[in-house]
Amino acid sequence: MAEIILDGVSKRFPDGAQAVSEVHLTVADGEFVILVGPSGCGKSTTLNMVAGLEDITDGELRIDGERMNERAPKDRDIAMVFQSYALYPHMSVRENMAFPLRLAKAPEATVRAKVEDTARVLDLTEHLDRRPAHLSGGQRQRVAMGRAIVRSPKAFLMDEPLSNLDAKLRGQMRTALSRLQKRLGTTTVYVTHDQTEAMTLGDRIVVLQAGHVQQIGPPQHLYERPANLFVAGFIGSPSMNFLPATVQDGALATPIGDLPLTDRVRRLLADADAPRQLIAGVRPEHFEDAALVDEHRRAEGLCYTAVVDVLESLGSEKYAHFPLEGERASSRQLADLAAVTGSADVPAGGPGAALVTRLSADTRAREGAELTVWCDPDRVLLFDPAEGTHLTGER
Amino acid sequence: MSLSNVPVGRRKAAWAFVNTVVVVYALTPVLWIASLSFKTRETMTDGHFVPREWTLAHYADIFRTDAFLRALVNSIGIALIATFIAVVLATMAAYAVARLDFPGKRALIGVSLLIAMFPQISLVTPLFTIERALGLFDTWPGLILPYITFALPLAIYTLSAFFREIPWELEKAAKMDGATPAQAFRKVIAPLAAPGVFTTAILVFIFCWNDFLFAISLTSSEASRTVPAALSFFTGSSQFEDPTGTISAAAVVITVPIVVFVLLFQRRIVAGLTSGAVKG
Repeated sequence: MAEIILDGVSKRFPDGAQAVSEVHLTVADGEFVILVGPSGCGKSTTLNMVAGLEDITDGELRIDGERMNERAPKDRDIAMVFQSYALYPHMSVRENMAFPLRLAKAPEATVRAKVEDTARVLDLTEHLDRRPAHLSGGQRQRVAMGRAIVRSPKAFLMDEPLSNLDAKLRGQMRTALSRLQKRLGTTTVYVTHDQTEAMTLGDRIVVLQAGHVQQIGPPQHLYERPANLFVAGFIGSPSMNFLPATVQDGALATPIGDLPLTDRVRRLLADADAPRQLIAGVRPEHFEDAALVDEHRRAEGLCYTAVVDVLESLGSEKYAHFPLEGERASSRQLADLAAVTGSADVPAGGPGAALVTRLSADTRAREGAELTVWCDPDRVLLFDPAEGTHLTGER
Repeated sequence: MSLSNVPVGRRKAAWAFVNTVVVVYALTPVLWIASLSFKTRETMTDGHFVPREWTLAHYADIFRTDAFLRALVNSIGIALIATFIAVVLATMAAYAVARLDFPGKRALIGVSLLIAMFPQISLVTPLFTIERALGLFDTWPGLILPYITFALPLAIYTLSAFFREIPWELEKAAKMDGATPAQAFRKVIAPLAAPGVFTTAILVFIFCWNDFLFAISLTSSEASRTVPAALSFFTGSSQFEDPTGTISAAAVVITVPIVVFVLLFQRRIVAGLTSGAVKG
């Protein structure tokens, strides 16, 4: 168990490409930290630098206070689980799991005991003498985990370990993984591009984009107080709605109507010296079918009436989509986000093309019919379009 | 039986027919030679595929002559040594070609391809002169060296294809599990590359074993003459006697080791040993 410190760690490839810039991160002993970001954001490179599979161009990596930059992977005492599992195909499950112990020259009795213990924990006992080729995806994944756990390393590094499993199994493995990490209490750094995985697994999340850290914090904090447009749009599914907003006569004019500005927000905007043109962000769940909101609250919020374009029912809730005409929220960060998440490739997609609202399952909304939705003004976040920074983060 | 099975069945029959034609076409001359080697001198030219009188006299004859036995020793020695050196060199080169990015990589691949395409006959005269000047003419190294040269491109190509098949992540995983680079190569990469190395070794061995051009041009005595070259010097017990029977018997004898080789290692040649290393 160990504390991992990345002190201004950067990676520049020989061809000049800057993959990771100045990452400052302290992973506390026993903590589960998730590196999340779209493909190519530098999260795997960062993990590989911690592992020792990539050289660190600049900055320092310390594990338990010791500088690790020049140490070979084998001398760092950390285990890694790969996306492809990287099981040795010519060895049985038992030999795969015993491999790190045998290399460490552990006595044969210890090897046997530890492998069997780990197999029991991971429910692999009956597969110990089979080859990886004869295992299912979930079993292979567990063998890969077992090979990491078996030698009780200082830390686990996991590079998208669940992304090759089908959706249902992934959900189950996610829970099992979380339980296992809590039980072992081993420091873990986990890389994923899936924001759901990041939200559910981590003690803290690090959002990376183009090699830069966007925000570090506990999942709920990132969700409620995103530092900028990128984090706001990346975390949460379906993602946050972004609307162009203009400060006018003490209110906020948006394409779905005027939002009242509270004193708090007005003060924050003044302090930040914010421009008049802003971007308003509202999460889908901060909308509700106006018919289901009581009179008193309805008066405090904003009501928007339009024809429902698409209605998706998930049973427990319903998503109503409204097409948005006219001006769209535009910002460099939103454009980046659309490019990396691929939403720009969806016909009539891109940020601001539609308003997505999550309604209670009791709603009477129908496709093609008009519906009035109500929005909680307290939950609206305001962003600076130029810098993308969140202006209403302080309470 | 569903409708879609009918075309599948027909296609299978078509494949079976084509395969049979190819196998018959390839094996008929071999069987013919085998048949000749068992015929007596008198029935040699009777035109029957299956000998009417069987004899082992030709086999007894060739093993009685010192020339054939010497040639057999030369063939085995030269082919084994050349194969060993070529495979060792090619393994290292192929690993580099498959895994590393180094300046001149394309040039290296290009040059090795160039060697493979060079008409060998055009090199025989210069090699003959050079080897005479260096004292390599009619020695084992005099044949081993050109064999290595011409086997290397083939070996590098085959092996680098095999190395490319081995997922790089396995090596990374081994490093993370605490292996030194040498241990990672020995315990993970080498066992997985073994089928490729065996396949390559067999191909190189066959190439060296079968060569006639260099063997006839760069040798002049029993000191280094290999079997294919020695065959052409076979005569009957008198110069008026037709040596067809003995030549056929010798040809069968030198074909057998290759067949045994391939049958022995066939299981190891079967690719797919790496399946299951990575996802699905």
